[in-house]
Amino acid sequence: MRICHRYRRLLLLVVLLSSGGLAWAQVTPAPSPSPEPTPSPSPEPSPSPSPEPEAPPPPPPVEVPPGAGGAGGPSGPLPVYGPASSKVFNPDVAVIGDFLGAMGSNDSNRATPSLELHEAEATFQAIVDPYARADFFLTFSNDEVGVEEGFITFTSLPANFLVKVGKMRGSFGKVNQMHNHVMPWTDRPLVTQNLVGNEEGISDAGISVSRLFPNSFLFLEATAEVYRGEMPGLFAAPDREDVTFVGRLRGYRDLSESTNLDFGGSYAHGTNEDGAGFHTSLVGADLTFRWRPLRRAIYKRLLVRSEVVWSDRDLAKFGPPRPDDGRRHDGRGTEAHAFGGYVSTDYQFARRWFAGFRLDHSERADDPSLVDKGGSLLLTFWPSEFSQIRGQYRHTSYGEGIKADEFLFQFLFSIGAHGAHTF
Amino acid sequence: MKARSFASLLIAAALPLAGAPPARAAGPLNVIGTTEDLASLAHEVGGDKIKVESMARGYQDPHFVEAKPSFVLKLNKADLLIAVGRELEIGWLPPLINQARNAKLQPGGAGYLDASQSAHILEIPTGQITRAMGDVHPAGNPHYWLEPGNGRLIAQAIQKKLSELDPADAAYFASRYADFDGRLAAAEKRWDAAMAPYKGAKIVTYHRSWPNFAERFGLNVIGYVEPKPGIPPSPSHTLDLIQEMKRQGVKIILVEPYFDLKTPNSVARETGAQVVVLAPSVGAEKEIVDYFKLFDYDVDKLVAAFKAAGVR
Repeated sequence: MRICHRYRRLLLLVVLLSSGGLAWAQVTPAPSPSPEPTPSPSPEPSPSPSPEPEAPPPPPPVEVPPGAGGAGGPSGPLPVYGPASSKVFNPDVAVIGDFLGAMGSNDSNRATPSLELHEAEATFQAIVDPYARADFFLTFSNDEVGVEEGFITFTSLPANFLVKVGKMRGSFGKVNQMHNHVMPWTDRPLVTQNLVGNEEGISDAGISVSRLFPNSFLFLEATAEVYRGEMPGLFAAPDREDVTFVGRLRGYRDLSESTNLDFGGSYAHGTNEDGAGFHTSLVGADLTFRWRPLRRAIYKRLLVRSEVVWSDRDLAKFGPPRPDDGRRHDGRGTEAHAFGGYVSTDYQFARRWFAGFRLDHSERADDPSLVDKGGSLLLTFWPSEFSQIRGQYRHTSYGEGIKADEFLFQFLFSIGAHGAHTF
Repeated sequence: MKARSFASLLIAAALPLAGAPPARAAGPLNVIGTTEDLASLAHEVGGDKIKVESMARGYQDPHFVEAKPSFVLKLNKADLLIAVGRELEIGWLPPLINQARNAKLQPGGAGYLDASQSAHILEIPTGQITRAMGDVHPAGNPHYWLEPGNGRLIAQAIQKKLSELDPADAAYFASRYADFDGRLAAAEKRWDAAMAPYKGAKIVTYHRSWPNFAERFGLNVIGYVEPKPGIPPSPSHTLDLIQEMKRQGVKIILVEPYFDLKTPNSVARETGAQVVVLAPSVGAEKEIVDYFKLFDYDVDKLVAAFKAAGVR
């Protein structure tokens, strides 16, 4: 009896080992022949599996008999899962570093540190299945880790729909949709800082539905989005009903093969941080003109862009309203109407050099009598497509009367396979 | 708040619903080639059973095309997208496909053809590659269409794909392909004969656009104006190149029409070589209206340059 029991244990052990061993062989990557302790994963996009040295010959394919596995089930060879295929299905991975430095004086509360790794963004992007793709952008800044964006995009819907679900930057204007590393500046415009939630901006968990209206005259796209509504400095969602809505209509037209016009109107509405019953509405308009001669596309280009935003914010905590400060009493609190905008250009004058400027003007959302104004000159050098060095001279005149003259500089660098950006 | 919010939600939801979904019109298949070369080969096979357009122009660097929304409109109505592949379009095509709202073109869809899958690809890197090597293509050199044999393979793949999408016209596509194949074979004889005297001739090219062309016509590429793929010329590399060209007696510098001629011209002045702006694609010059004219133009121009330089 005892022997029998022992044999049973042995048998169990053998079975476990063999199945466990098989499973191990299936999931672990092939040991690297290099003596280096940390074999770095290939930074290149995954579709090109690097040749696996000493890869065991694949087992003969097992045929699924037609009709087996349920109606509509797969037939033909069963997929073989091994180290090589697990690597093939890895998402494209990239890390982008955004290093910022600042010199000169800024006595306002918006001064940035002298030197900082402002943000490290890790991106993971891949096709989910035949119907969708997914994109994750995780940001690491100072002591914080956050999901800047993480969403699924359903790309195969009928009737020209495109649906995104997850955490996203809202489709409000141009700058709000940009990650730090794609902006032509080291900072965000004053209008974004004052009226559109600064760096975080309109960004939260939500659902985005957009539809293309194909026609021969222009590209026309309408987007409707709903977000939970928790966006510091902008919207708050004490209750489930306090969601934020964002809508955008975007048009685009080629003027010639090298010039085009891109324009849009945006709207956002939600409960603000003053609590239930207090809302903020934003209306935005943006216009972009681009020139890029095709024969010299890698040497010359020009982008001129302007965005303006009107903010309408219910506020509970005001003192008595003055007749001329843009606020009015509505019996419940006060409402502040603020306006802001910027004009910017970015001109590429050589294969690796860009120069530009930006003019800023923005009232404060909760006190339109305070007006911030600024001007910046920029010069950017691209050692390659994967790194940029930028200098920005910025003069700011804050509403409180503080003036700041600063030189900001930025190093952007990217490793790995980062998907191309939308236009 | 609530009533207003839900009203806004309804409006927001209804807004995108306005407008009827487009139905695929009966008639010719809408085919988009990412380059004019692919569009030309598709036209050879598809004839009047397809309507074909291209995205990048022949005089444009196909690595750096802008992902313009107007391309989204083209892709939206396409039945077939033919891409060069090998990551040539990686900087601009994927976001366009994502926004196209066209299930057929999504990777793995029936309407997506990667023309490189059947072509003869050179310079597939082996071993570890890093971006210290410049803008290397991990899946091999994507300029493979610059070899008529590959043109034939691409046309064959297009014929197969069109027959899948439009089986009723399979015989038409087969006969168009056979006709193209015959004309290409005749043209290849002509091009091979014209280039035969220059087999083994040493040349320098700006970018690594010409390995398939050079292999086919027996040209020996001994260096590049770019120090590394996608990296602009540097003074030290240019000096090295001048030394090497002098040492080996290289008389021809091939340049694509979208590169600046300043460095090639100064190298030419130092070495006594000639700068020849060749067409990398159909459409690079007005007269290059199809895939045959592309090689006619390049072979004629190159032969003239070799003759002028006194190479054999």
